[in-house]
Amino acid sequence: MDGHIFAQQLVNGLVLGMIYGLIAVGYSMVYGVIGMINFAHGDVYMVSAYITGITLSVLAFMGVQVVLWTLIIALLVVMLVTGVYGWVIERVAYRPLRGSPKLTPLISAIGVSLFLQAYVQLSQGPNPQGIKPMLSGAFRFWFGSGEEQFFQITYIQTLIVLVAMASMLGLAYLIGYTSLGRSCRATQQDPKMATLLGIDTNRIISTVFVIGAVSASIAGFLVTLNYGSFDFYIGFVVGVKAFTAAVLGGIGSLPGALLGGVLLGLLESLFSGYISTDYKDAFSFSVLILVLVFKPSGLLGRPAVEKV
Amino acid sequence: MSELHSSSHNQAAPSTSQWRVLLRDAFFTFILAWIVFGPITGLQLAGLEFIPNWQRPLLLAITVTLGRLLFLSALNTSWLKERLARSAAKESRAATVQSAQEWRKWLVVSAVAALVAFVLPFVFVDNSYVIKSLLLAMIYVLLGLGLNIVVGLAGLLDLGFVAFYAVGAYFLALGAQYWGLGFWSALALSPLLAAALGGLLGFTVLRTHGDYLAIVTLGFGEIIRLVLTNWLSLTGGPNGMPAPAPTLFGLEFSRVSKFGGTPFHEFMGWSYNPNMKFLFLYVVLFLVVALMIAWVYRLRLMPMGRAWEALREDEVACRSLGINPVVVKLSAFMMGAMTGGLAGVFFASYQGFVNPTSFTFFESALILAIVVLGGLGSIVGVIVAAFVLTLLPELLREFADYRILAFGILMVLMMIWRPRGLIRTRRPVFTIPESKL
Repeated sequence: MDGHIFAQQLVNGLVLGMIYGLIAVGYSMVYGVIGMINFAHGDVYMVSAYITGITLSVLAFMGVQVVLWTLIIALLVVMLVTGVYGWVIERVAYRPLRGSPKLTPLISAIGVSLFLQAYVQLSQGPNPQGIKPMLSGAFRFWFGSGEEQFFQITYIQTLIVLVAMASMLGLAYLIGYTSLGRSCRATQQDPKMATLLGIDTNRIISTVFVIGAVSASIAGFLVTLNYGSFDFYIGFVVGVKAFTAAVLGGIGSLPGALLGGVLLGLLESLFSGYISTDYKDAFSFSVLILVLVFKPSGLLGRPAVEKV
Repeated sequence: MSELHSSSHNQAAPSTSQWRVLLRDAFFTFILAWIVFGPITGLQLAGLEFIPNWQRPLLLAITVTLGRLLFLSALNTSWLKERLARSAAKESRAATVQSAQEWRKWLVVSAVAALVAFVLPFVFVDNSYVIKSLLLAMIYVLLGLGLNIVVGLAGLLDLGFVAFYAVGAYFLALGAQYWGLGFWSALALSPLLAAALGGLLGFTVLRTHGDYLAIVTLGFGEIIRLVLTNWLSLTGGPNGMPAPAPTLFGLEFSRVSKFGGTPFHEFMGWSYNPNMKFLFLYVVLFLVVALMIAWVYRLRLMPMGRAWEALREDEVACRSLGINPVVVKLSAFMMGAMTGGLAGVFFASYQGFVNPTSFTFFESALILAIVVLGGLGSIVGVIVAAFVLTLLPELLREFADYRILAFGILMVLMMIWRPRGLIRTRRPVFTIPESKL
């Protein structure tokens, strides 16, 4: 077990975990507010990857050359479009089901997920798509004297960590210190009471969906920059893993989503580095099952009280 | 359309302010539809370039806007309001009770339907496409019946049902390769194996409820699929492995016998028909499905079936009445799994080989769609939905690409308008003949 390989796996795991954390925010907040698993969230992430690819190619076509402007414009477009997706999905598929038994919106969400996959596949074709590599290069850190004994953090990985941290801090501020965030927290604690106190809970729920979609879109943007390719099916596995992260950290808790994401990212990265790459998805799913069965309240969540 | 209905019901025409609201709504709908459909359908990526196609999103946005306008104005007419209220009232009433007379009527209808289903493949004896489609539809009926026990009757949302299907199919293939098992021994043993696995899953998830349960079962199904994909030395990985064809008392249905005996057609003195294998599978499957239907119907009358449905309605109340939720949940999981395992054997034998791509999450979602569309808990509904969902895409071949898209939309619409499914559950009851009163 070489030190530099271990360090490299830690870096990869941390970066992956940041991505999971960003997507987990959407699961966590939605579950916190209306107690439903937004099964289509992974596919919203997938849509944002496509929007990233399309925006980048349109920007290249329009002749935008400066990398910084390209990235900023693309990120804003992706956030806007994916946010609209989040709003529309909630409005069309989930709002009419408010107050129905718990499994009804879940089945509806599975329908939305199938729809989004088929819709993207039909309009963009079944083959994987890609973008031109951007920001190549890396910071390298040497361990000892050997030529091969280094680990590296690519520029894009640095960008991922910075943007993810900035988004998380922004979100924490939004939830903790603004009146919108106060309404969100109130709705999460007791929707009925919040309504009585004059909070438009439907609007808050819509906002939460938009926030979730926007953070997933940031993740989709960053992942697309990092890996450069995407297809219509990427949302499923990433979605399940991000959900695992949300539950691991404690569903409904914002710091929990980040913590769970980073923890899962590290575990998965170490597992694929030292044990098996083929079974890394199976490993993540096992973590999901173990957490759901033995500690469904997660690390930072409050245990659910069963009301009779 | 809106004017027509409002005039026929003496309703005042919409005032200017209403028109303004309607127009504003249409405007926002159009903008949102444009943002949603614009980039994905309007700019198709091709390598690092893109192909613009502005007609598609424009058409979609206009359709959505017009649809919403029509819907909103139709919603304002008293005719639709009445209809909606009536359908909501009907929907809110619980499952209806079946009288003895209705039961007799149903019996005749279903006997005729069963006869037609049995005879149909013999009519198309030379058309392998029809026979194969019918066989596949029957496999989905069996799967639907199995999942219906878990989801429809016991109310446990299982998103990993395909795992048991995979276990059944791979049991036949692996058993043939490593232990020399044939179709019949696999058919007898796979339900036991699948039920054991179902019991294991059920035991693990006893403590989880509702949507967490759904996600755990989803993870379980995916793990099974990933193991089948990656365990190259055992299962052949993504390339799959062969599965044996069925035999009748050791007689094979191939043109020339592989194992040295006489093939079935020579034994009977018939000319060779390549569809014989599928016909035979269909007959066996038909019998299994018929047995299964009778069995599920009987189970629903028995304390076990009633306990499933009671548990679905209220777990806490069940416990307080002395029903053991452990036994009830485990039995539902095991019986569902057993049916899935049986269906897997038929599928593997029908296809002649198995590989993991037949057992993705989409398959679970399709079986779930069958149960949901058929009406959770309704046996007739499940059968009808299985036939519709598997045969309709075959009939509408040009639209086959839109199948999944349509499934997704249907699932959402069903949850909004008919959460109890197209055919509502009928609860079997005992009635005492009037002469004995």
